[in-house]
Amino acid sequence: MRQLLTGNDAAAEAVKLSRVQVIAAYPITPQTSIAESLSDLVSKRKLDARYMRVESETSALACLIGASMAGARAFTATSSQGLALMHELLHWASGARLPIVLINVNRSMASPWSLGTDHIDSLSQRDTGWLQFYCEKAQEVLDTVIIAFRLAEKLLLPVMILSDGFYLSHFVEPVSIPNQKQVDRFLPERKTRYRLNPKDPHTFGGGVSGLIFAKLKKDMQKRMEEAKGVFQSLSEEFESIFGRKYAAVEPYLTEDAEIVLITIGTITGTARAFVDQARQEGKKVGFLKMKMFRPFPEEEARQALKGGKRIVVLDRNISFGAEGIFSQELKAALYGMDPKPEVIDVIAGLGGLDVTPEGLRDLCQKVLRGEIRSGKPYWMGVEG
Amino acid sequence: MKRVVIEEELLSSGHFACPGCGETLAFRHVLKAIGRKVAVITTAGCGSVVDGYWPLSASKVPFFHCSFGTAAATAAGLKAGLEMIGDRRTTVLAWAGDGGTFDIGFQSLSGAAERNEDILYCCYDNEAYMNTGIQRSSATPKGSWTTTTPIQNLKEEPKKDIDAILAAHRIPYLATASLAFPEDLARKVKKAKTIKGTRFIHLLIPCPPGWRFQPDLTIKLSRLAVESRAFPLYEVEYGMRYQFSPMPEKIPVKEYIRVQGRFSHLSKKQIEVIQREIDTRWEELVDRAH
Repeated sequence: MRQLLTGNDAAAEAVKLSRVQVIAAYPITPQTSIAESLSDLVSKRKLDARYMRVESETSALACLIGASMAGARAFTATSSQGLALMHELLHWASGARLPIVLINVNRSMASPWSLGTDHIDSLSQRDTGWLQFYCEKAQEVLDTVIIAFRLAEKLLLPVMILSDGFYLSHFVEPVSIPNQKQVDRFLPERKTRYRLNPKDPHTFGGGVSGLIFAKLKKDMQKRMEEAKGVFQSLSEEFESIFGRKYAAVEPYLTEDAEIVLITIGTITGTARAFVDQARQEGKKVGFLKMKMFRPFPEEEARQALKGGKRIVVLDRNISFGAEGIFSQELKAALYGMDPKPEVIDVIAGLGGLDVTPEGLRDLCQKVLRGEIRSGKPYWMGVEG
Repeated sequence: MKRVVIEEELLSSGHFACPGCGETLAFRHVLKAIGRKVAVITTAGCGSVVDGYWPLSASKVPFFHCSFGTAAATAAGLKAGLEMIGDRRTTVLAWAGDGGTFDIGFQSLSGAAERNEDILYCCYDNEAYMNTGIQRSSATPKGSWTTTTPIQNLKEEPKKDIDAILAAHRIPYLATASLAFPEDLARKVKKAKTIKGTRFIHLLIPCPPGWRFQPDLTIKLSRLAVESRAFPLYEVEYGMRYQFSPMPEKIPVKEYIRVQGRFSHLSKKQIEVIQREIDTRWEELVDRAH
């Protein structure tokens, strides 16, 4: 069934299809319509879940930690300040190895206020032990939620799905909605070996020695590394049922490209339009869409970017005092490659600043003319 | 007399508590009153540390350590999760100290109470951050020494009236309870267990190292706190129906204060001020109960 849905509608639809059992949410723009849709679904008994209308994002995630410890499937959605408020509990959830799924509708961090999108909110949570997947389309949001629960429950690690505020959360797109039977086949009921159960009492999360602590963290890292392969095989299984395929990274016309743009989130759609037009004009440009950020798809990136390419990273974020975070991570991943790639970092679209196909054309021309080089990040649209 | 405390121990010996610890004793009483069908959420605090280090745990019931400020929310989520997987009978107990209740966990608790989440919340109140080494909390009484309220800069503000605040949320059940009256304590826990919605039990917990007294005086101090009306025993239903527990004869508060090193610097005059404040609060409480 195909319907016109916003990214937020698609998210709510996916939560319903995933038969989530406990939802806790706190309103924040531009996430709010997910929380509203889910409340509506639960109230109309279209989704058999407990909906907890909590007093803060901290409590939202705390509720899910409790619910997930009971063995229930749990979900929340948030944005920006809300995600920052959850920070302590993001660590808690991953450390307790709880397969919670969260959608963060990316929005810039105050101060000053801005409702526009950028990825500083989610990238600031890089080291919390959550998998991170960035989405380009509403369909991708829906599909990623369903895959995420399966992935989280297999790895016992929480998953964060990222959706660009307004550009994705509020724009309407045609979305194919899978039927419930197919989803149930792909995503069966959650099974738990250990949970808070009076019939099988255990203590969870108490004090441990440094050695045990380090071992547990090493195990989290091991599972993170395994996540790449697990995601790939789940994507293949998903494709066999639903006909749509996702990958950690997706190269588009990169083979012969003189410039490869690195795109994250909705900028990918803009890059698609730009590259298609530029190719018609005979310009050798392509892009690499990065869907997976944690774990970081090093091997996949090296494979896609071999041959000493000129790489322009469109970082919708900045790590103040350094550069864009995707640029840093890519440089580390590509270190030692021969021939050596050139990595140019571009800070693009902070606070929802529009990144257009024309803007990308102008950017690539400047790169080809040698006006923009690697080194310090180039601030697109805010030159000078 | 009818036995109200069951035989089965749900808290083992070998835990990490200090000698004379009131918290551990209270936890033992509370678990016994609830029975095995319980799941416990605890925050950072003495109750978290005392349970033991991996792979040992003193409690024989499911036990989860949550973040400092989120006992009530985590417990509420646990209850919701248990119900969704078909377990409607397990009592979810949030076990938190005064720091985790009066201070950092206050918002989470107020939110859960306002939503009338189906949890039993017990606050073991030892009137300061004892686990980190005796720092002032909003549960610390006026005039008390702590490491962050040294005698040159004593706490001048009265203890936060958490019970009045919780009662104002109109929760179905609230009670104060004391280690010196274990039958009364157990009765209140058992009663709370049968009620649906947010239930709050406030336990005053004497702390030998924090209050500066000998470990064999824990029960005596618990009794003096009740007798002096520094910690009256009562129940409140729906924030309106106040009911006193059987109270012993009233004694001057100086008898309670003088046995504690944390008040040893107080002058006669200062104790008289505290006495007047306790009298006023007691009269207010009596008014509310009538």
